[in-house]
Amino acid sequence: MIDDDTPLLSVRRLSKRYGAHIGCADVSFDLYPGEVMGIVGESGSGKSTLLNCMAGHLAPDQGEVIFDTAVEGPRDTLLMSEPERRMLARTDWAFVHQNARDGLRMGVSAGGNVGERLMAVGARHYGDIRGTATDWLTRVEIDAGRIDDRPTTFSGGMQQRLQIARNLVTGPRLVFMDEPTGGLDVSVQARLLDMIRSLVRDMGLSAIIVTHDLAVVRLLADRLMVMKSGHVVEDGLTDQVLDDPQHQYTQLLVSSILQV
Amino acid sequence: MTDQAYNFAYLDEQTKRMIRRAILKGLAIPGYQVPFASREMPMPYGWGTGGVQVSAAVMTADDTFKVIDQGADDTTNAVSIRKFFEATAQVATTTKTSDASVIQTRHRIPEEGLTEGQILVYQVPIPEPLRFLEPRESETRKMHSLEEYGLMHVKLYEDISRHGHIATSYAYPVRVEGRYVMDPSPIPKFDNPKLGGCPAIQLFGAGREQRIYALPPYTDVVSLDFEDHPFEASKADHPCGLCGAQDSYLDEVITDDAGARMFVCSDTDYCTGRQAAGHKGKDAA
Repeated sequence: MIDDDTPLLSVRRLSKRYGAHIGCADVSFDLYPGEVMGIVGESGSGKSTLLNCMAGHLAPDQGEVIFDTAVEGPRDTLLMSEPERRMLARTDWAFVHQNARDGLRMGVSAGGNVGERLMAVGARHYGDIRGTATDWLTRVEIDAGRIDDRPTTFSGGMQQRLQIARNLVTGPRLVFMDEPTGGLDVSVQARLLDMIRSLVRDMGLSAIIVTHDLAVVRLLADRLMVMKSGHVVEDGLTDQVLDDPQHQYTQLLVSSILQV
Repeated sequence: MTDQAYNFAYLDEQTKRMIRRAILKGLAIPGYQVPFASREMPMPYGWGTGGVQVSAAVMTADDTFKVIDQGADDTTNAVSIRKFFEATAQVATTTKTSDASVIQTRHRIPEEGLTEGQILVYQVPIPEPLRFLEPRESETRKMHSLEEYGLMHVKLYEDISRHGHIATSYAYPVRVEGRYVMDPSPIPKFDNPKLGGCPAIQLFGAGREQRIYALPPYTDVVSLDFEDHPFEASKADHPCGLCGAQDSYLDEVITDDAGARMFVCSDTDYCTGRQAAGHKGKDAA
């Protein structure tokens, strides 16, 4: 690839405060095409704030989020107009919520949920939309026969897989995931992780995954950022950080994993 | 004014001025929902308070006024609104579409073609076409301003996936001049093709929801659809039982306990006009 030198996403000195309280402070990193970045830390460490600031759901107080757009090259998404940012959010970006109910339309059938992004970017052929939806349901291991069922009739794991299908259907280049396996039981988690991993590899996606589960980042992430109290305390290759943690907080985090 | 109980057409002049400003803005931006300070009217919400306020604001003493309710001139809603303006504005009233200069309608467009100089006022229960898809008003306004109408097609998609065809048969969403998606009020989709290119001014008033929107004459209005499931204006596949009309929108009337039924024009003026001209249907006495 020619573009390998240009980062897909560059974050520079991103900060967000909630009054006197720090959400996240002075975060900088580069994400290259095809790379999966994990952000770990305990509850309240600012990882979700950081993710929401990057994805445009929250307005950061300062900093830059430079995205390598398909047409115009690198642009600071924070300076974009709202229509541009929303367009980006439904084409090149995807956001997978922790709770599938936040990311799905519960009153709309599975097929309609997957088709919504297609229709939002101008698809107007019912047969094609349905064909793509069927294809995607199969790819996320949902029986195609359930295309007309509402997500309310789906199990938690299926809802999460449906949310992923709905997000990936327009072929985004960057996926934000907020605790994608949160609240699922272990065997369902394992299947979901397996599926996400193969989708990321097949589609060459870049992803930023926020989680408190070190096993998730061990499986999915190439690189890792450890956050505490709004600051990045350590970053590096996943295996390197997890096998040889330098910062005392990372050491604590790694040693807190239950061994069975 | 002291010898009169009410100002002309019930509303005070300042209120009419405010409503006229909203109407003018609506005409300037076809399909855009203009908020206005809807007043309490001496009738319940759902009975056409929005339409009545719009009618009152556009009415002059020289106007001839007609009210139709589901096409009919003689139902409660139509009769009471007609009487209301007879009492408060002393305007001439009519049931003939071609004689009227202001027509207030609930859920129909007259069969007879409208002409330049006429004003058609719709009563609108829910002006927001995206309401049942996206409950947040703040969000739907943003979607209108950013032209994000993919969700409207999700509704049509759901229709086809559940029923095999677009089952929405009234309040069928339209796109105005390639810009705003608009709820045409609960008119049957049979009437949708009459919205576009109409020589008359079309005004929409939603009293409870406090919105006015408008279509200036000869506006381009397109019903939303899919390429492989095109929009179809549908009606009951019968001729009118009274006047024999093949081309009018029909009401189905159950005539006894044994399931006998007849189909008659919902537009009573159109039907009586045809009968007077000698047309006869199979159920005509």
